[in-house]
Amino acid sequence: MVVDELPAEVLDDLFHALADATRRDILRRCGREEPSVSRLAELYPMSFAAVQKHVAVLQRAGLVTKQRHGREQLVRTDPHAVRRARQALDELELTWRGRVDRMSGLLASDPDPDPEPRRGESRRTRGHER
Amino acid sequence: MSVTSVDKDLDNLTLTLIADFDAPAERVWQLWADPRQLERWWGPPTHPATMEQHELVPGGSVTYFMTGPDGARYYGWWRIEAVDPPSSLAFTDGFADADGAPSAELPTNAVRMQLTAHDGGTRMQLRSTFGTREQMEQVLNMGMAEGLELAVGQMDALLSSSTR
Repeated sequence: MVVDELPAEVLDDLFHALADATRRDILRRCGREEPSVSRLAELYPMSFAAVQKHVAVLQRAGLVTKQRHGREQLVRTDPHAVRRARQALDELELTWRGRVDRMSGLLASDPDPDPEPRRGESRRTRGHER
Repeated sequence: MSVTSVDKDLDNLTLTLIADFDAPAERVWQLWADPRQLERWWGPPTHPATMEQHELVPGGSVTYFMTGPDGARYYGWWRIEAVDPPSSLAFTDGFADADGAPSAELPTNAVRMQLTAHDGGTRMQLRSTFGTREQMEQVLNMGMAEGLELAVGQMDALLSSSTR
């Protein structure tokens, strides 16, 4: 599994990079086209330096690559890295989906078991009211 | 399929899952409140959970271990923040070391579970929030193995065993 092989520092960079709306927008844009850093700076209401910083964060997380093209630096989204981030969250989702499925299975196979009364559970039920 | 929706919020480090069950809230509540039932669904089939302490009262603790195929035990704990049977439960979920003592280094996350009547059955909203991004990554890293064990085949088997 790809995600399983990711060291913690890589995931750290990945989620830090993705936890910002501007960076996610840059990521989407650079997946469709291959703009230069200066072109990106024109698109966002912030300084060139600020945009450059966002691009650097994305680059460190392995989400985008920069390529020199003449005097320009072209930014491109690395689809593989985006996929890895998605997979990491999908795994978490899978854990809970598994649990919910097992809960459903129990409910279907045993609709009304007689629960064993245990210490610390005195507040569990409120008689038979709905 | 009982999972109705899943939302993954990277800004707030929150996973929100909504599931609908064809059972009254009291019955769904028992899945959480009865330790014998809880241990039948908390761990994946390959790593069944055994609940040790189980005190669903504010400030109470749930402690458990999951047993892997090779017999290795993985310890975990909940600290109960709030409980309102049969409709809501809030707790912190964490890992423990080999002695079952809560580990300060391992990540924790805040879980909020809510049951409401919906469409003749019960809707469960589950919200899992990570304290920090670092913790989220740690949990993701650690959760990988468990997630992987849940092969689609196993999920299908469980689904087909539920006749409704």
